[in-house]
Amino acid sequence: MISADISTVLPEIVLAVYAMLALIFAVYTGKDKTAGLVVWASAGALLAAAFWIGFSGTDTRTAFNGAFVNDSFARFAKVVILLSAAAVLVMGKDYMARRDLLRFEYPVLVVLSVVGMMMMVSAGDLMSLYMGLELQSLALYVVASLRRDSVKSTEAGLKYFVLGALSSGMLLYGASLTYGYAGTTLFSGIIAAAGTEGLSLGLLFGLVFMITGLAFKVSAVPFHMWTPDVYEGSPTPVTAFFATAPKMAAMGLFARVMHDAFGGATQDWGQVIALLAVLSMFLGAVAAIGQRNIKRLMAYSSITHMGFALMALAAGTAGGVQAMLIYMAIYVTMNVGTFAFILSMEKDGQPVTDIGALNMYSRAEPLKALAVLVLMFSLAGVPPLVGFFGKFYALKAAVDADMAWLAIAGVVASVISAFYYLRIVFYMYFGEDRDGALDGTMSPVLWGLLMASAAIMLVGVINLFGVEGLAAVAAQTLVN
Amino acid sequence: MASIILFAPLVGALICGFGWRIIGEKPAMWVATGLLFLAAALSWIVFLGHDGQMTQIPILRFIESGSLSVDWAIRLDRMTAIMLIVVTTVSSLVHLYSFGYMAHDPQWGEGETYKPRFFAYLSFFTFAMLALVTSDNLVQMFFGWEGVGVASYLLIGFYWKKPSANAAAMKAFIVNRVGDFGFALGIMALYLLTDSVLFDDVFAAAPELAETRLSFLWTDWNAANLIGFLLFIGAMGKSAQLILHTWLPDAMEGPTPVSALIHAATMVTAGVFLVCRMSPLYEYAPEAAGFIVFLGATTAFFAASVGLVQNDIKRVIAYSTCSQLGYMFVAAGVGVYSAAMFHLLTHAFFKAMLFLGAGSVIHAMHHEQDMRNYGGLRGKIPYTFAAMMVGTLAITGVGIPLTSIGFAGFLSKDAIIESAFAGGTAYAFWLLVVAAGMTSFYSWRLIFLTFFGKPRGDRHTHDHAHESPMVMLIPLGVLGLGAVFAGMVWYGSFFGDHAQVNKFFGIPSHEVAADAGHGAAAPAAEGHAAPAAEDHGAVATAPVGAIFMGPDNHVMDDAHHAPAWVKVSPFIAMLIGLAVAYLFYIVNPALPKRLAESQPILHRFLLNKWYFDEIYDAIFVNPAKRLGSFLWRRGDGDVIDGSINGVAMGIIPFFTRLAGRAQSGYLFHYAFAMVLGIVLLITWMTISGGAE
Repeated sequence: MISADISTVLPEIVLAVYAMLALIFAVYTGKDKTAGLVVWASAGALLAAAFWIGFSGTDTRTAFNGAFVNDSFARFAKVVILLSAAAVLVMGKDYMARRDLLRFEYPVLVVLSVVGMMMMVSAGDLMSLYMGLELQSLALYVVASLRRDSVKSTEAGLKYFVLGALSSGMLLYGASLTYGYAGTTLFSGIIAAAGTEGLSLGLLFGLVFMITGLAFKVSAVPFHMWTPDVYEGSPTPVTAFFATAPKMAAMGLFARVMHDAFGGATQDWGQVIALLAVLSMFLGAVAAIGQRNIKRLMAYSSITHMGFALMALAAGTAGGVQAMLIYMAIYVTMNVGTFAFILSMEKDGQPVTDIGALNMYSRAEPLKALAVLVLMFSLAGVPPLVGFFGKFYALKAAVDADMAWLAIAGVVASVISAFYYLRIVFYMYFGEDRDGALDGTMSPVLWGLLMASAAIMLVGVINLFGVEGLAAVAAQTLVN
Repeated sequence: MASIILFAPLVGALICGFGWRIIGEKPAMWVATGLLFLAAALSWIVFLGHDGQMTQIPILRFIESGSLSVDWAIRLDRMTAIMLIVVTTVSSLVHLYSFGYMAHDPQWGEGETYKPRFFAYLSFFTFAMLALVTSDNLVQMFFGWEGVGVASYLLIGFYWKKPSANAAAMKAFIVNRVGDFGFALGIMALYLLTDSVLFDDVFAAAPELAETRLSFLWTDWNAANLIGFLLFIGAMGKSAQLILHTWLPDAMEGPTPVSALIHAATMVTAGVFLVCRMSPLYEYAPEAAGFIVFLGATTAFFAASVGLVQNDIKRVIAYSTCSQLGYMFVAAGVGVYSAAMFHLLTHAFFKAMLFLGAGSVIHAMHHEQDMRNYGGLRGKIPYTFAAMMVGTLAITGVGIPLTSIGFAGFLSKDAIIESAFAGGTAYAFWLLVVAAGMTSFYSWRLIFLTFFGKPRGDRHTHDHAHESPMVMLIPLGVLGLGAVFAGMVWYGSFFGDHAQVNKFFGIPSHEVAADAGHGAAAPAAEGHAAPAAEDHGAVATAPVGAIFMGPDNHVMDDAHHAPAWVKVSPFIAMLIGLAVAYLFYIVNPALPKRLAESQPILHRFLLNKWYFDEIYDAIFVNPAKRLGSFLWRRGDGDVIDGSINGVAMGIIPFFTRLAGRAQSGYLFHYAFAMVLGIVLLITWMTISGGAE
């Protein structure tokens, strides 16, 4: 049996072993001098793992007595995680190098946290869930405070750590309650124990506490408070990482727990998640209006987007999960492009985060401004860009699940949030012409990712690159 | 061939309107004009070669929705053929004329391009008008109907730098909306009752409609009468009949070629065309037809009376048009549709000519339009004078009484007056005769004021008065031919004996159906068109022929046998009008002024056009403006803008500040928020009964 188990988790094991080997290699050779090499190697490893998993068949396999599940849903989420992590790693290398931040631990930690995320989306047991979650989180705490000489960065790391610990505690409390009332930690056991006639009070408490822990990870209101501070304080490449892969992993885990462990009680968790979704969408939209720091702005933007993904999930149907997966894939793609641009925002070599610096950017850099325009419109959900279809699927899932009020709230929130995306476009095209424009230089990697992301937003309209079908298959394996 | 006629103007409009930047201004105008002349030449071939039989030429599927199935098809019969020559001939001549008239328009400065736009509008109008007259069904007709409305709007407002032109364009459009609403209701009622908008189906169902009751506006109506009435409301709007006539005089703000083409010869006759086209329906709608007679006669009288005292040369002709359209409606209303079409044809020639002649005068007088400032222009612009004389002889109806020799208007107008006597009421007959006298008076008044007497007004302008260029005179000559001969050539076809008329309009001359009473008794003398029960088995079929006169309709025969005094009466009225005009403006020019002073109320009443505009302003326009202003300021400005601004600039920023303050940066605040969140969630879930 053990060899079959090993073969099922082989990609995770390989990545973990790679991370440790890379660590040893760097420690015993040039230390930080090898960091660039390790970044490229790690990105390569992540990319290779993405292709490996992506083309590894369509069947569902479980390992370790069901504690680890490798199904289409997990594979979909893993491919998104791996690709975005690889992109973000490559993206940040120049930025880190120029600010003397390029430690060799950075790529290693990213790979380790990715392993944790892969574990999360494949979790079939409360223990594997917690294992993956903590592996991911611990790595993230460290990278958040990567810039040790900066007060903001350390503060961000510390805040994230303390609040993360609190949320882990809640999650664990919920897990223990669930175990106490279900008598097992296996998801398949929990769903059997919960039955279909509503949850017992203990299981309900367990459910709510677990939702709380997971909501912290996806930064849903009111467990979102860490997000703006951490996004702002962390070095921008780390922020970019926060905004992409971990969000996908957390949403994946969310869907996994809700459907695999509490699939019989969609009514119960559906309304909780719907509430979280509405709060997130509105708070993200309203609070972002006051932000002039683009990193904080993107933090609130991600809160709104998570609200939309949660709205899809709240439907509690296969269509909802499909919409959530599509939404997350699109969201991650948009954010990679946007952060590629944010990383390139420099004035005289210093990073700039004030959106006022974008005034009349279109005159200096028409092509890049156009790409950002496309991304902003897509983030705002303006048809016919791909971002609109993400929102459309989420709204459709909500309407199909008789949650029209939720969909209406979502539309209203997205109208409000359009304001700050369009304000960026306004600054770029119609703003005041002030001196001290941004530096025109942009590394080829960033340029390529920005353009690719914008191009996807335009071209993807045709068939979303087939993501719709893949997400449908993935959702089908999760919800049955 | 019909398709080429229909689409050549559209192609011309597109090339001229969008392509002039590429091919240049002059070539663009020539392309549009050339295509129009091509269409005109083909139209004449079609008209002269037409054997009276209806042919349908499908072009494309138009609308397919449920039981509504509409083709875009050309219905080519005598009615269409007549309209084809009228529209394309006048339009092509007006295109040519515009080369001269629009050459140096004072409305535009150096370097501003306006001519291709003008030609494109003209060509587009022609296309829309052709779509209207060639249509095979009511929906396509409505398309053309609205298309000419748009073109008319664009052309009336062509001098968009003048506020009065813009106001006139809007007025024309809005007043026509009222009529179009009735027209649309009529189409819908027809569709409701017959489940079709095709002419053939509708005509076939007409006898049945006469038996049907329809509830509308809380009243029970006879369906045929109601539909006939609603369709006539549309015709009233387009043809400027009383109540909805106010836009036509104002439409003279447009350039004069436009007035000649749209507001004299073609578009305004669309209403007459509609009534004649729907003749199978009106034959079964006696009340509606009676209303048409009444309104047509009243309009003819009213417009002629107003025309007596107007001083603007174009307004006189505009009221004259209004009045002549009333004549046509009387003819259509009493059931002699051929006479209505006859007058439509001749009127197109002589009225277009009068307008173009007036344009030539205006051109010569540097865009002076007030007749009080004319006078003695006979020698300065002899060709224009000759043309205007021909036009006046035609409109006043000069000819040899009791024969069919005379100018075009003599034959067609007398035909209508005889028909009115035979089929209409005494009211209609006498009103038309009086109107004929007034027509004669104001037409001659125009001639005398313009071309005779001493020059009045600005001496400088008179010194520089000059004859118009050749491109403007040729159209006058061609139209002059029509004004002189059109009546004599086609009198037999339109208003001759039954056999001739039936052959011309393709009406079968012998009774086929089991209409025993008439069919057997007098087949030769009364060759009525009757339903030819060939196809569709037992289902009623549409009558064959371009127009339809019911079995009991003997008006045309009666008209032929009208007493001699009836036939002579319009001629006498004309002579009286001429004599009075001669007395007033040649013999004793001070007389009109004295008369006006002795009858101030009547004079002002006529000068102010029976106060229609003032009444409408008080009843409709001003309340509508006040309501609009209220909705704009209070409704749109305060309520909608106010609430949106309030939300966007007040409430949301408030929450934004609140959210910003909540994000204090203190760790314990954040943790507190999380704990608070979970407490609330747990409480909510427990209370809401999620648990057992």
